[in-house]
Amino acid sequence: MSAHGANPNRIERFAVSSRRRRTDRLARGGVLAGTLIALVPLVLVVYYLLREGLGAWSPHFFTTDPTGNTFFKSSDIGGIRSAMVGTIEMVALASAIAVPAGIGVAVWLVEYGRGHWFAQLVRFFVDVLTGVPSIVFGLFIYIVLVVGTGFAGYKGSFALALLMLPVVTRSAEVVLLLVPGALRESALALGAERWKVIFRVVLPTALSGMVTGVLLAVARAAGETAPLLFTAGATNKVNYNLSQTMNSLPVQIYTDVTSPTQSVVDRAWGAALTLVVLILILNLLARLVSRRSRLA
Amino acid sequence: MEAASIPGGGRSRLGRSPLARLPDRALRYGLTLLAALILALIVYFFVRLVGEARPAFAKEGVLGFTFGNDWNVSAEHFGALPLVVGTLITSALALLMGVPVAIATALYITELCTGRLKGPLTVLIELLAAVPSVVYGLWGIFFLAPKLQPAEQWVANKLSFIPFIGGGVVTIPNYFIAGLILAIMILPIVSAIAREVMTTVPPDHKEAALGLGATRWEMIRMAVLPYCRSGIVGGAMLGLGRAIGETIAVTLVIGDAPQLSGHLFSQGYTLAAVIANEFGEATGLHRSALFAAALVLFVLTLLVNGVARVMVLRAARSSAQSRGGAAKPDVADAEEAAVLGA
Amino acid sequence: MTPDASSSPTTGAPSLPDSPAVPTGSAATPAGSAATPTESTATPAGPAEYERERMLQPGSQPAPPASTSAPAPTSAAGVVKRGPQVRLHQLRAFYGSAEQVKGIDLEFPANQVTAIIGPSGCGKSTMVRCINRMHEEIPGARAEGRVLLDELDLYDSSVDVIAVRRAVGMVFQKPNPFPTMSVFDNVAAGLRLTGIGRGELRPRVEAALRDAGLWDEVSDRLSEPGVGLSGGQQQRLCIARSLAVDPEVLLMDEPCSALDPIATLKIEELIAALKQRVTIVIVTHNMQQAARVADRTAFMLSGEMVEVGPTQDIFTAPSDPRTEEYVTGKFG
Repeated sequence: MSAHGANPNRIERFAVSSRRRRTDRLARGGVLAGTLIALVPLVLVVYYLLREGLGAWSPHFFTTDPTGNTFFKSSDIGGIRSAMVGTIEMVALASAIAVPAGIGVAVWLVEYGRGHWFAQLVRFFVDVLTGVPSIVFGLFIYIVLVVGTGFAGYKGSFALALLMLPVVTRSAEVVLLLVPGALRESALALGAERWKVIFRVVLPTALSGMVTGVLLAVARAAGETAPLLFTAGATNKVNYNLSQTMNSLPVQIYTDVTSPTQSVVDRAWGAALTLVVLILILNLLARLVSRRSRLA
Repeated sequence: MEAASIPGGGRSRLGRSPLARLPDRALRYGLTLLAALILALIVYFFVRLVGEARPAFAKEGVLGFTFGNDWNVSAEHFGALPLVVGTLITSALALLMGVPVAIATALYITELCTGRLKGPLTVLIELLAAVPSVVYGLWGIFFLAPKLQPAEQWVANKLSFIPFIGGGVVTIPNYFIAGLILAIMILPIVSAIAREVMTTVPPDHKEAALGLGATRWEMIRMAVLPYCRSGIVGGAMLGLGRAIGETIAVTLVIGDAPQLSGHLFSQGYTLAAVIANEFGEATGLHRSALFAAALVLFVLTLLVNGVARVMVLRAARSSAQSRGGAAKPDVADAEEAAVLGA
Repeated sequence: MTPDASSSPTTGAPSLPDSPAVPTGSAATPAGSAATPTESTATPAGPAEYERERMLQPGSQPAPPASTSAPAPTSAAGVVKRGPQVRLHQLRAFYGSAEQVKGIDLEFPANQVTAIIGPSGCGKSTMVRCINRMHEEIPGARAEGRVLLDELDLYDSSVDVIAVRRAVGMVFQKPNPFPTMSVFDNVAAGLRLTGIGRGELRPRVEAALRDAGLWDEVSDRLSEPGVGLSGGQQQRLCIARSLAVDPEVLLMDEPCSALDPIATLKIEELIAALKQRVTIVIVTHNMQQAARVADRTAFMLSGEMVEVGPTQDIFTAPSDPRTEEYVTGKFG
């Protein structure tokens, strides 16, 4: 460090040693490198999905069911229509079950049960449910509903609903807790009944936050394979009837992955791309909705 | 409310008809009932699982099953040790590879990068969580595993003197790839939690460090990392819990070798994978054994998640304390948000 | 870099000419007997309007109680240290495009305590944080102008900002010992950065704790967490932490505002002792405190330096009407 003029630099003795400088630079470089490393898989997954999956996309792909004719290279293996239909129907039913139930439990936890030991118990168990591996949900529904009676779409929905429930409850609870207590109190002080306060004041304020949570839960459920393996089973035929075996995108991909036929594997990539696009759209919607939130 | 606002009406001004109270009561009882039902469902869930697992535990004994070293379907002898060990190995690999990278991303986003990059980078890391498990499996088995095989073989050859890592023939599905895919999958959670704890570091401490003449990295080492330690560990444990329970991606890339012999680059097995692979065809005792495996798996995740939650909550509480008592457990909330896969 | 007769933006009276013969009157050593040659050219140039040749005599202030537990501070080498003179030249500080500090010229004489007073939001903390170049750590913030430590411009491009921060120590408003470190480690934190040997570490930590008047109270609990001490002790711990790296200047940003009166008194005693070794700048909103500890006081308002002079004069006979209004409590 040069001094100006003839006066020695008064703070020279505080100079940073080159060793410290080097450590600083190395460490910062390391952190940057780590971050870039984290992004590499993302780039590669997207790249391969597009490279392998786009090729499989075609009108035929979306409008025909898998044919199951996979042994001959020339035969038409079909598309993924039944898988898409199945995913949409089963996730819709699962949401119809899990969303009201989850939000109901969350409302109860926040508005009615706060501090009560019973609420702590419920929350504890809901927490425990978050940690259950998804395949275990499938096993449960299997022994309770499937044994003896066979696979069905709605049974898959139940398994998915079990998976979604803690997610919806947790996110709704977080959002409801963010609603300022003062808001509730001023409504109550105006003489409104509790239920009106909940439906007219609390829920509308929390709405976009909850919608975000719901959308994310739906996205998560749409991508799950394990709960469906032993509940909805797998089939090729398209089937709008939820009480019969039903195909789904994740299960279709899972089955196709292990096929020796290349065109089937290609179809798996196409289905994977479709699934990812679906999930991304849901995520995007969730993000847009959360931006319109009136809280935090 | 209507009744009370009628001046000089037939009822007392402060009275309210029981009828008007009905919706309130209905809602309250209805929701309480719902919560109780859900609770009952969850309890029933465990009861059934334990019930189904009982025959296997009866035959092998709980400890015998968990630590028995032979998973032999044809001989109807079920010792889950290879599966447990496989689960632990893949999860440990996931932690080893994923947590440092996650911490690096969190550090970069919170401390080092310019404001404009923070948002986009965060979104990109979160996108890793949006990819479903089966797609990771697909990508893993068709792209990652084959591409890495030559490198893996090179490592195995070069490090042949190290047991377990070197000296074997590399198969395409193997423990390492499974661990690597799991590392990628837990990255977003651990990063999100690490980021949350890092943003709660009081600026005071960072300024004190800088004021002493610390370089940026020294400041991070003095003021940020020690402060965040328990929160980051908690986040890592949540990632661990996720890695332990992950089924489909692992099933696709680990092969199906339920034995303890083997090395890093050979096929293996995990508790979740064995269930996914064998359940379809399993009957009787075999099926019961798979339920027992599910139970072991579940207890494992329960323990890990429980410890994780305690650590994250403790980090939240201590950070609230040193900030002067604001009681908001925002770290706990963030952990939740991360758990939701947001 | 030449010593210049910068004039302060006061209310228009002519500034006294540069006069090397004016003694800098610190209580201990007259300027002429300074050890290093650099000191002799660093006598107060460009005095502020109210600079008088009769500097504040020790007797005109309440003398610091003799019972201070801190002996005359010495550097590790045992030589009585001298602080530098600090001068601000046209200092401006910005948050983005908003100018918070608007062209300040100010001088902090060596080995004296200068207090900065003014209403909240007037920019005193910002200005002080420019002296150790912490202001630029805030995203979007920047500073212009010069800060001269004797002859060295701390903002010169050849100067390492990290060295600046070590040379100019800072004590913050809220005591902030590192929560994960023990008392010993807190004080040693700055020292460890330079890879000091373990043998030398202990004596320097002890010396710093003695200088901060804390040794007697913590010598038996050096390994306990720093945050376990009382508020006043924590603040003295932070002072020890800053002193351990042997700074030239000590900046104190409302160091007592979070403390009780007894702790405050202890720290004020400390300041009186420390000024023999470092130049001290203290920001305070407590005017009685300024009157107790400061040799000189500067009054800031809305980012500008209104008036500066010996503390006595600022409080008893200010020349600017705004100063008078502030010190008599009409606003602030």
